[in-house]
Amino acid sequence: MELDSLLSEKREEITREWFNLIIQAYPPDTAKFLKNQTNRFANPVGHAISEAMEAVLGHLVEDRDPADVYRSMDGLVRIKAIQDFTASQSIRFIFSLKEVIRKKAQGQHLSGELLELETRIDELALGCFDIYMACREKIYDLKAKELKSMHFRLLKQANLVSEAGDPGSGPVGGNGS
Amino acid sequence: MGTPKPEELIQKIDLTPQWPGWMDTPTEIKPGNFCWGAKAKDLDGIGFPNPREWNPGEEDWKLPENWKEIVIEGLRERLEKYRTLKVFMDICVRCGACADKCHFFLGSGDPKNMPVLRAELLRSIYRREFTTAGKILGKFAGARELTMDVFKEMWYYFFQCTECRRCSVFCPFGIDTAEITIIGRELLNLLGCNIAWITGPVNNCYHKGNHLGLEPHAIMSSLEYMIDDIEEYTGVKVEPTFNRKGAEILFITPSGDLFADPGTFTCMGYLLMFHELGLDYTWSTYASEGGNFGFFTTNEMAKRLNYKMYAEAKRLGVKWIIGGECGHMWRVLNQYMDTWNGPADFLEVPVSPITGTRFDNAKQLKMIHAVEFTADLIKNNKLKLDPSRNDHLTVTYHDSCNTARGMGFMDEPRYVINSVCNNFFDMPENTIREQTFCCGSGSGLNASENMDLRMKGGLPRANAVKYVNEKHGVNLLANICAIDRAALTSSMDYWVPGVAVAGVHELVANAMVFKGQGKRTVDLRGEDIPGMEEEEEAEEAAESIAVQEPQEEAAGAAGEEGSE
Ligand code: SF4
Ligand code: SF4
Repeated sequence: MELDSLLSEKREEITREWFNLIIQAYPPDTAKFLKNQTNRFANPVGHAISEAMEAVLGHLVEDRDPADVYRSMDGLVRIKAIQDFTASQSIRFIFSLKEVIRKKAQGQHLSGELLELETRIDELALGCFDIYMACREKIYDLKAKELKSMHFRLLKQANLVSEAGDPGSGPVGGNGS
Repeated sequence: MGTPKPEELIQKIDLTPQWPGWMDTPTEIKPGNFCWGAKAKDLDGIGFPNPREWNPGEEDWKLPENWKEIVIEGLRERLEKYRTLKVFMDICVRCGACADKCHFFLGSGDPKNMPVLRAELLRSIYRREFTTAGKILGKFAGARELTMDVFKEMWYYFFQCTECRRCSVFCPFGIDTAEITIIGRELLNLLGCNIAWITGPVNNCYHKGNHLGLEPHAIMSSLEYMIDDIEEYTGVKVEPTFNRKGAEILFITPSGDLFADPGTFTCMGYLLMFHELGLDYTWSTYASEGGNFGFFTTNEMAKRLNYKMYAEAKRLGVKWIIGGECGHMWRVLNQYMDTWNGPADFLEVPVSPITGTRFDNAKQLKMIHAVEFTADLIKNNKLKLDPSRNDHLTVTYHDSCNTARGMGFMDEPRYVINSVCNNFFDMPENTIREQTFCCGSGSGLNASENMDLRMKGGLPRANAVKYVNEKHGVNLLANICAIDRAALTSSMDYWVPGVAVAGVHELVANAMVFKGQGKRTVDLRGEDIPGMEEEEEAEEAAESIAVQEPQEEAAGAAGEEGSE
């Protein structure tokens, strides 16, 4: 109860501090840019960070739809997964929220509630891990698909693969591969 | 509002990179971000220097002992030859306006992908070797010695630039970092340090006429496959000709359209449209490549590979040339072909035999883009179109960097798409037209081993697609570039699943109504067109079905309904 109101009250502060922790993963020049450029199309990474933060806090404070929070976390983890970060670095952002909240809750005798909240954050972290794995798998899948789409017609022409194995080319509106 | 003015940009942006600290951050060559090195057999095949087997991930790149001299001499030569290079080396004031405009910086977060720092790779050497201040003050004047680490850093980052020129749009001095990359790659090339994905196609093209190395019979049989598919899907039998002397028009398209889906569907689109018009045109199995990966090696190689277009036009005695949907192909044609291999005074100014329109914009080049040709047909009401055949699609358009920034070709594709589709939504203003974001895989970087890099570079474009996908339900990303068709397919698959990729002529042919066509319930991919699957039954049952299902999920539904 009390933790809830603390979160609502200090939401802006929490968001700001959390954002600052998240962008520390980047070199200083980049961090400065991520923070200052507010146009979402000119700064896709900064935008994804903000969206994910907003969704996670929304979920924790207002009990918003979990599908929402997963979609937004996906937006960020998908980026981290191709930015040369390790798995742990890619999902660290979610743990840094604990740090921020713990600091805010210090001396407020909220340890019971805090534990409960941290468990919920851990749940989200597990979800992020799944997203990260799916992203890395997708990268390998793309490599395989590209090879196939490049050579499939040639193989077919050379009668090296038959129609029976023809997976088709996918519908317009599918992934087109 | 258009492109922001230089003054506005300078005011707004405070992004001067750490100076000169960037030089002290060592570069690590990371897997997923680089392409395999050029192979000995390919370098040998095109007479490029230092053919050997090497791996950029290993310590020893097997360079000749005097490698440093070669690079510096190469730079000196080019500074004398290209005035722009000298100017670009001297005039940058490091204002930072370009810094955050590169898709690779935006996607990677790596400051060395800021265009200004990419240019500094070369500029720092230039200062050290060719300016007094640089010689005396060294690092304090932004100069540095060319060491093996510096050379490798150049290699790593010049192959993380797609030569898209977005940065140049924002530079108050018009400094074109793409040109610096082009020269940087030429210097790397002097030591055989290009990438396999570029030199392989160049070698193929030099010997066989196209990037894939297809011989004439393979090209013909590929088109024959398409002819069969077209007949099956539309009931129309198209009859293209090959190497036919005396044809009015020669048609040249990137070879990707011949073999790689979804480019093949665009190719089927050209075949159908030309057939319907009764166009007197021919394919060539020799000038069988519109693209030019030579452009990503050296100026001379690009010129050599380009030579066959006019030569074949002359041999066949055609009057003029139509070129297929491609990006870099058009930058090369538009900006260099005439100077390299012109004047093509044996050709005529293109005049559409269907509309009588004279394309004076191509007075010198004698070659027009297929989309220009089609836009003119539509404008003159020469195509019978039923755009409702594309009603299951909600379309947006990706401006290829080369056609948009390289030749100002932006309205014709939109005009054509809007004529053949009922649902079109542009992406946000700062991501299209002159400010378009690269697909992330241009300039020969569309290999597979650098997939992480490609996804980084593709993020800003995909981010804008995602926006129109969520806002308007966009499910198709149209474009007029062969590399886009391949690269964006993967990019969408990763970033915005559910958005397909197609060339504009695929959409055109799907909307066209042909003379003597059969019952057309499938599109050029052989997939059911939602709402057209069972027209007859629908007609019979028309009275009993009062309410039609909304078509929102048409795209997904197409796949589930079987393809019989
Ligand atoms: S290249 Fe142009 S925009 Fe970029 S820092 Fe230099 S002067 Fe400024
Ligand atoms: S040309 Fe394009 S890829 Fe190269 S530095 Fe400029 S914006 Fe980046």
